[in-house]
Amino acid sequence: MNATVAEHQDREISRYLCIGCPMGCRLEVEEADGDIVEVRGFSCRRGEAYAKQEHIAPQRMVTTTVRVENGLWARLPVKTTDAIPKELMWDLCEKLHELTLKAPVKMGEVVLQDALGTGVDVVSSRDMPYRES
Amino acid sequence: MLTANVDRLRSDYDVVVVGGGPAGMGAALAAKEAGAEKVLMVDREKEAGGILLQCIHPGFGLHHFKEELTGPEYAQRYLEQVLETDIDLATDSYVLDIDKNNRVKLMSGRHGVREIETKAAVLAMGARERTRGAIRTPGKRVSGVLTAGLAQKFVNLMGVLPGNRAVILGSGDIGLIMARRLTLEGVEVVGVYEIMPHANGLNRNIVQCLHDFEIPLHLSTTVVDIHGQDRLEAVTVAPVDGFTPDLSRSQTIPCDTLLLSIGLIPDNELARQLNLRFDPVTRGPLVSSTMETSKNGVFACGNTVHIHDLVDFVSQESELAGHNAGLYVTGQQPPPDNVRLVPGENVGYCVPQTISTDRDHTIYMRVRKPMENCVLRLGDVYEKKIRYVFPAEMVNVKVRPKFLQNFHGDNLRLDVVPQEG
Amino acid sequence: MYYDVVVVGGGVIGCAIARELSRYRIATALIDKESEVGFGTSKANSGIIHGGHHSSPNTLKGKLEWEGNQLWDDLCDELGFGFKRIGELTVALNSDQLPTLDKLQRQGEAKGVPGLERWDRDRIQAEEPHITEEAIAALFAPTTGVINPYEACFGLAENAVANGVALYTDSPVTDLSFDGETWTIQTPDATLHSRFVLNCAGLYADKLAEMAGVRSFSIRPRKGEEYLLDKRLQGFVKRVVFPCPTPVSKGTLVIPTFDGTLMVGPTAEMIDDKEDLTTTAEGGQKVFDFVTRMVPGISPRDCIAEFAGLRAVADGEDFIIGPTAKKGFINVAGIQSPGLTAAPAIATMLADILKDEGLSMEEKEDFVPSVPKPIHFASLSTDEQIALAEKDPSYGRIVCRCEFVSEGEILDAIRRGAKTLDGIKFRTRAGMGRCQGGFCTGRCMELLSRELEIPLTEITKRGGETWVVRSRKEEVASC
Repeated sequence: MNATVAEHQDREISRYLCIGCPMGCRLEVEEADGDIVEVRGFSCRRGEAYAKQEHIAPQRMVTTTVRVENGLWARLPVKTTDAIPKELMWDLCEKLHELTLKAPVKMGEVVLQDALGTGVDVVSSRDMPYRES
Repeated sequence: MLTANVDRLRSDYDVVVVGGGPAGMGAALAAKEAGAEKVLMVDREKEAGGILLQCIHPGFGLHHFKEELTGPEYAQRYLEQVLETDIDLATDSYVLDIDKNNRVKLMSGRHGVREIETKAAVLAMGARERTRGAIRTPGKRVSGVLTAGLAQKFVNLMGVLPGNRAVILGSGDIGLIMARRLTLEGVEVVGVYEIMPHANGLNRNIVQCLHDFEIPLHLSTTVVDIHGQDRLEAVTVAPVDGFTPDLSRSQTIPCDTLLLSIGLIPDNELARQLNLRFDPVTRGPLVSSTMETSKNGVFACGNTVHIHDLVDFVSQESELAGHNAGLYVTGQQPPPDNVRLVPGENVGYCVPQTISTDRDHTIYMRVRKPMENCVLRLGDVYEKKIRYVFPAEMVNVKVRPKFLQNFHGDNLRLDVVPQEG
Repeated sequence: MYYDVVVVGGGVIGCAIARELSRYRIATALIDKESEVGFGTSKANSGIIHGGHHSSPNTLKGKLEWEGNQLWDDLCDELGFGFKRIGELTVALNSDQLPTLDKLQRQGEAKGVPGLERWDRDRIQAEEPHITEEAIAALFAPTTGVINPYEACFGLAENAVANGVALYTDSPVTDLSFDGETWTIQTPDATLHSRFVLNCAGLYADKLAEMAGVRSFSIRPRKGEEYLLDKRLQGFVKRVVFPCPTPVSKGTLVIPTFDGTLMVGPTAEMIDDKEDLTTTAEGGQKVFDFVTRMVPGISPRDCIAEFAGLRAVADGEDFIIGPTAKKGFINVAGIQSPGLTAAPAIATMLADILKDEGLSMEEKEDFVPSVPKPIHFASLSTDEQIALAEKDPSYGRIVCRCEFVSEGEILDAIRRGAKTLDGIKFRTRAGMGRCQGGFCTGRCMELLSRELEIPLTEITKRGGETWVVRSRKEEVASC
C-alpha cells in the first residue's frame, strides 16, 4: 500500500511492497521538499530502482479485451506495447471497450495507436480467425 | 493460424500427445526433434493453446522466450512452431482411452470415433480447478458460485460477465488476476478472502491486482455460509484459527458472485484409467527422470504431473518428456534410473521421483513452509544455499553427475533446512 | 383452456399420475412452478426404490411401497431411464439391533417381499469387504433398486406429453376457485379450467388445499443433506447400505447410485422454511462421522458435491390420498419416503379414484407407452460409437469429459425439453462429475443459446432468478 505519512515538517515517507521477487521487501521512500532523500528496506538494486519508479511515476502494462465481430470468440485480447502511467489505466480500458473490430485480426496488429497520447500502441495479442458458421 | 486444422489423421503414430496446451506443444515439438517421425497432438477445444488462451495478462515467457508475453502470445508463438513441422494436430478431439496394446481411442467432432496405434504417448492434459464440493462450503445451492477459471473464460473469451458484485475466495494468482480483470470490466470486487495467514499469489499480483484498485485482502478468513434463494445474495465470512472458523466474529457481505480460486488438481481421468502409479501428494502419476510413468512408453508432463506456477517450467519439463518419448520410439532411451528421491525435512514432494546418478537432472520441488537463509541438501552428496523458499513458489535445482556419483544407495533424501551458524 | 384433470405439481408423483392418465381419452394438464419437471423435492431424492419391507403393512405408505416397487421394471423398459435392482443390506452393529432386523424381515414376509435373507458377519465381509467388521449381522433384500429420480420425472413427463398431456412450466398457481362444477386455476400466464384438480404440490400441498378451502393438514419439511463422492470409489460398496432404522428416519445410508458413484446421506431434520436447501457444516459432519464408521474406507476428502432436499411430511407421517369435501379436489399429499418407490402405484390408485368420482375413463387405442430411449454414448460399444459418430458428428464431440457426455446427447436433451443448465445436467450428467461444470458450463451455455435462440444472459441454472452471466455495460448500451 502506498501510505504516505507526514513524519515531520517537509519530510514524507511512502511505503511500497516490492514486486521483484517472493521476498516482498517492505520499501520506504523518504522525500523532502519534493526530492527523494532516502530509500530503505530493499535487499537488491532492483528493489531500490523499483521503489523510486513507483514513487515518482508508477507505470503499468495494460491488458484487456476488445469486442470482435465474426471471430472465433467474442473478445480479442489486447495489450499495451509498453508500460503506461498507472493513472491512465482506467481511461485506456474505457476507450478500448468502445471499439469493435472485425475478424480476422493478426497477432501484433495495432488496435489503438498512440494510446491517450502516451506514444504507446495497443496491439492484438493473438490471431483471431474468422468464424465460419 | 491458431485454428489451422490438419485434416490428416493416420492409423498409426510414433508418439501421440494428449493435450494441446503448453505441455502438449512442448512435448510434441521435442518428440519430433528427437527423431519421432509420426507425431499427433490431440486437443479437445476448437483450437490448441489450452488455458493460456484465456490468461490474457502479461508475465509469461521470461525464461523460455526471454521476453515478457501474455498467455495468448505464449501459446501462439509455440503453436506457430508446431505448425511449421509435420506434426498432425487434431483439435475438437478427445482421447477416451489408451489400452494395454497402446491402441488410442479417439473421439472427435472432426474425425468421428477412431482407434489409432501408437508406440508412445505423452499425457499433457493439464489440471482442473477445485470446486465448492472439494471444500464443502455450507449454504444454499444458488447460481453465482463459480471457479475463477470459468469466470475468466466468460470474461476474456465469451464476452459476458459473471455478475455485478463479487467476493473472491482464495488468494492464488488466478484469483488475484481475476480481481483486476473484473474490476476493469465493471464488476465490483468487494474483497479477496484467504484461509491461510499469508497470500498465495505473487507480490506483483498483490500490488498490481489488489493495491492498484484498493481491493482489500483478508488473511486467515474464509467463507462459511452462502445465502440466496435463486441467485447468490450474500456470503458470510469468518476469521479462522488454524482451519476452524470463529463464527462469533462472522460478517455477512452482500454480493451476487463468489469466485473460487482454491487450487488446482492434476487432471487425471486418463492416467487413472491406465492404472498408473500415483504420488499421493502431487495427485499426479509418478515419473522417472525421463518423465516416463509406471507404464512403459507412457510419458507425462506439465500440470498433469504436478501443479506449476510458471508456464516456462511446464515447457521445460514437457520438452524433456517429449524428447524422451522420441528417444523411446527410436530405441535410444537411456538406461533406467537407479535412485529414488525421498522428500525429507520441509519438502512436500519432488518431481521426478527417481533419478539416475550418471546424468544431469533438474529436480522440481515444493516446500511445506516458508524459510529464509536455508540450504537444500541431497543426502550428503550435494548442497545448495537458498536465500528463501515459499510453498507457493516451486523450487528447482540442477544436479550434475559429478556429485551424484558419490552416492551409493537406493534412496536419496532431499531436505531443506536452516543454514547453520 | 378446459381440461378434465389438472395435475398441480410436476414432481415424480405428478409426473407418474399425468403419464398414467395419458392412457385415457381425457384432457389432462400437468403444471409446475419450476422451469422443468422434477426440479423440487424429486431432484434431491436419494434415488432408492425401496425393497418393500421398510414400512408397516398397516399404513398406506407400507402398502403402496411394495406395490410400487414391482411396477418399476416395466416403467424403466418403456421410458429408458436408469434403474437397477442392486439389493440392500440393513446392518446391525450390536446385538441390541437384532430384533429390528427380525421385525423388518417379518414385515417384509407379511407383504410377500421375496428373497429376504439374514447374513452373518462372514457373509457380509465376503460380499461387501469394505463394510466395517463391527457389523455382526445384516438383512439382505434383493428387491431394492436404484434409479435416477430426475430421469424418471423427465421420462414420465415426456411420455405424458407425447400422449397428449399439456405441460405448463414456470406456472405457480396464483389463484384457485370453484363454481360448484368447474375449478379455475390461475397462473401468471394462463387461466385453466378443469373438473378435477389433483393436489400433488409436495411441500406446498397444504397451501394449495387452503386455496381450495379444504385445508385439513399441514406439511412440514424434513431436510436431508446428501454428499456425492468421487468416482474413485465406484464399486467400493455394491449394495445400498442401511443402518438399523430409528422411528423418525431410515438413517444415514451409503448409496451406490445408478451411475455407480457413491452418495452418502441423508440427514433428517425437521425445519420450518420450505425453501431452505442449505447444506450445513454440522450435517456434513454427522453424515461423514456415521458413514466412516459403517464403511471406514470412505473419507470426507472424497466429496465432490453436496445438496439438500426437503421431504414433504404431513401430520401423522402417512400419505394423504383421496377426495376432499369439495368435489373434484383430490389430495395426493404428504408423500415422503418411500414416495418415489410408491409413485407408480399411487398413479394407478389415482386413476381408480377418478373413476370412482365419476370421470369417464376410456382407454386410448393409440397410447404409446414408450419414448425414444436417450442415447448414452459412453455405454455403447466402440463399433456402435463409430457408426453413430459417422452418422451424426455431434456424437464424436465431447462436452463433459468427467462423465463422457457428447454434444449429441446434449442436443438431444435440449430437444426433449431441457431449458436450463440443470435440465441438461440431470438429463445427461454433463457437469455432475468431479469438475462440477468447470469445463463444460461454457459449452453447454453456447449450445443452449444456439438451440433455443436466446442470448447467453438469458440462460439460467434452474429457472427463476438463477441467471448465470450478465452483459457488459457497453453491450447493453448498444442493444
